[in-house]
Amino acid sequence: MKTDRKILMPYITGGVTPQWTDYLPAMAEAGADAIEVGIPFSDPTLDGVTIQEASNVSLANGTTPQSVLNELSETTVDVPIIVSTYANLAVRKGFCADLKAAGVEGLIVPDLPLEEMPAIEEGIDLALLVSPATPPERAQEIVARSRGFVYAVSSMSTTGERDHLPASAIDLATRLKDATGLPVLVGFGISQPAHAAEAARVADGVIVGAAIMRRVLDGAGPARVGEYVATLRAALD
Amino acid sequence: MPMRTPTQKGRFGEYGGRWVPESLVPACLEVADAFEKAWVDPGFREQLQTMLARHVGRPTPLTPAERLSAELGVSVVLKREDLTHTGSHKINNAVGQALLARRMGKQRLIAETGAGMHGVATATAGALLDLPVTVFMGEQDVERQSHNVFRMRYLGAEVVPVRSGSRTLKDATSEAMRHWVSSTEEAHYCLGSVVGPHPYPWMVREFQRVIGDEAREQYAATPDFVVACVGGGSNAAGTFAGFADTSARLVGVEAIGGSGATFGQAGVLHGSRSLFLQDEHGQILEAHSIAAGLDYPGVGPEHAHLRDLGRAQYVAVNDEAAVAAASQLARTEGIIPALESAHALAWVAEAAGTPDLPAGSTVLLTLSGRGDKDIATLIARSEESRA
Repeated sequence: MKTDRKILMPYITGGVTPQWTDYLPAMAEAGADAIEVGIPFSDPTLDGVTIQEASNVSLANGTTPQSVLNELSETTVDVPIIVSTYANLAVRKGFCADLKAAGVEGLIVPDLPLEEMPAIEEGIDLALLVSPATPPERAQEIVARSRGFVYAVSSMSTTGERDHLPASAIDLATRLKDATGLPVLVGFGISQPAHAAEAARVADGVIVGAAIMRRVLDGAGPARVGEYVATLRAALD
Repeated sequence: MPMRTPTQKGRFGEYGGRWVPESLVPACLEVADAFEKAWVDPGFREQLQTMLARHVGRPTPLTPAERLSAELGVSVVLKREDLTHTGSHKINNAVGQALLARRMGKQRLIAETGAGMHGVATATAGALLDLPVTVFMGEQDVERQSHNVFRMRYLGAEVVPVRSGSRTLKDATSEAMRHWVSSTEEAHYCLGSVVGPHPYPWMVREFQRVIGDEAREQYAATPDFVVACVGGGSNAAGTFAGFADTSARLVGVEAIGGSGATFGQAGVLHGSRSLFLQDEHGQILEAHSIAAGLDYPGVGPEHAHLRDLGRAQYVAVNDEAAVAAASQLARTEGIIPALESAHALAWVAEAAGTPDLPAGSTVLLTLSGRGDKDIATLIARSEESRA
């Protein structure tokens, strides 16, 4: 994932609405460089209330990992798709092959630390997370084994909107930039264009999830979400 | 075969591990390091021993259940964890972890609870050691265990009702983990069963092995069967630990609607790879049991391992059998057991005289807790049956 501009990776929960894939081209046109698609899990232990709610809504719609991947295969969108989901789904036999077959380029598994990495089948770029509590030597090892990009968790918290970007986000992004040539993307709590701009002064880009899902759950369609993504794009440029 | 220390990565065979967000890895390492050091420190062990004697009421007795034995045709001896302070085995682990938390310099405790017994135990240990306690409890359990909610609050704990998912123990555990992510610096997560990331399954078993070690010493010979109920499986793990290297047959009894070891598949939840009830897509199923403490869709990783080894056998009984067994124990022995423990009794009652539990066998059964908390459930049940 290389662009000559700051990277913007918005997130959407697969299956959250019957026409959820319509959000993908809208986000790409509004300036997304990649899109994170969440495959909902029944017990999302690292997600705050908004993404928990989106996961529940999606599962209640009858969403399955395969239904998300089938719908992705039928969608044309010209930015990379990165799937995120929890370990219980990601370690199932054939999961990574299914991702690959659906054209997915990368994978994020928030409850899979370095030590459990071997449980993931080869063939997909697994982006690893680093948190503000990760000691420097461990961070070195994580960035060395991460693929595609490194996910810098902005603060010691679950996903969700926040009023301001915590100082830990900038500290961590600075540390990671020194440690790797991979793009460093900051996620968790980026909910306003100003947060995105602030984080991207150091990092290579941002991941925005809960702020988008709040809008989707409140009924915003692809055009309205596109408008919001465009404000993030403008803040990054 | 004794129950050993897990590998460095926290594995029991192919189960266990530390499947947590990166944000929690340093906290898990800190707990593991602190526990390893404390557990070999005679000072810590003595402090724990003293608290268990003075506050918990250990050792708990063994009670031969003579009239029950006569009815069933097998010789049942009860290990009386129901006689501990706070009324269940949960206090053994809560006191151990609270002492550890203080040693680690933590300022407060976080806990999850199903039936409320671990919440009450943690609130008690917190009060004793001056550590504020926050307990996460599924909203459905808050409703059906109002007595224990009152006890926790009376002891000074904050009880947070969890409204996500099935609003039971599974969701309370998820919420406690989320809360821990944002408070690892000052708070210790006092997990209540042999589940979760390494070192919890091992550490909780070690804090609970006092049940098995005492029973081994108190029971003159080796019993033919050692039986305990299994939700996450902490009282069973503690009991089994005392007898794993004997010829006793170890039997874990689950609730039919929460039978991870009996009907679960390998998966990852709440920090461990273990056996969980899940659908064909890998979504975790909601557990259902009349005993809130067994309302968990999985078992601890060591139980999964013991099952695979064939060292322990896991069976499931239904609500009706558990209620009947509780009544039988009350009538024959004057003991109202927790509905969790009643599951273990129910299996003994069902299996007695069959090849699974031949007539004349000797059975050591851990009565994990007393039934005071379940009185409202039992009243509702008897009113239903009269209607």
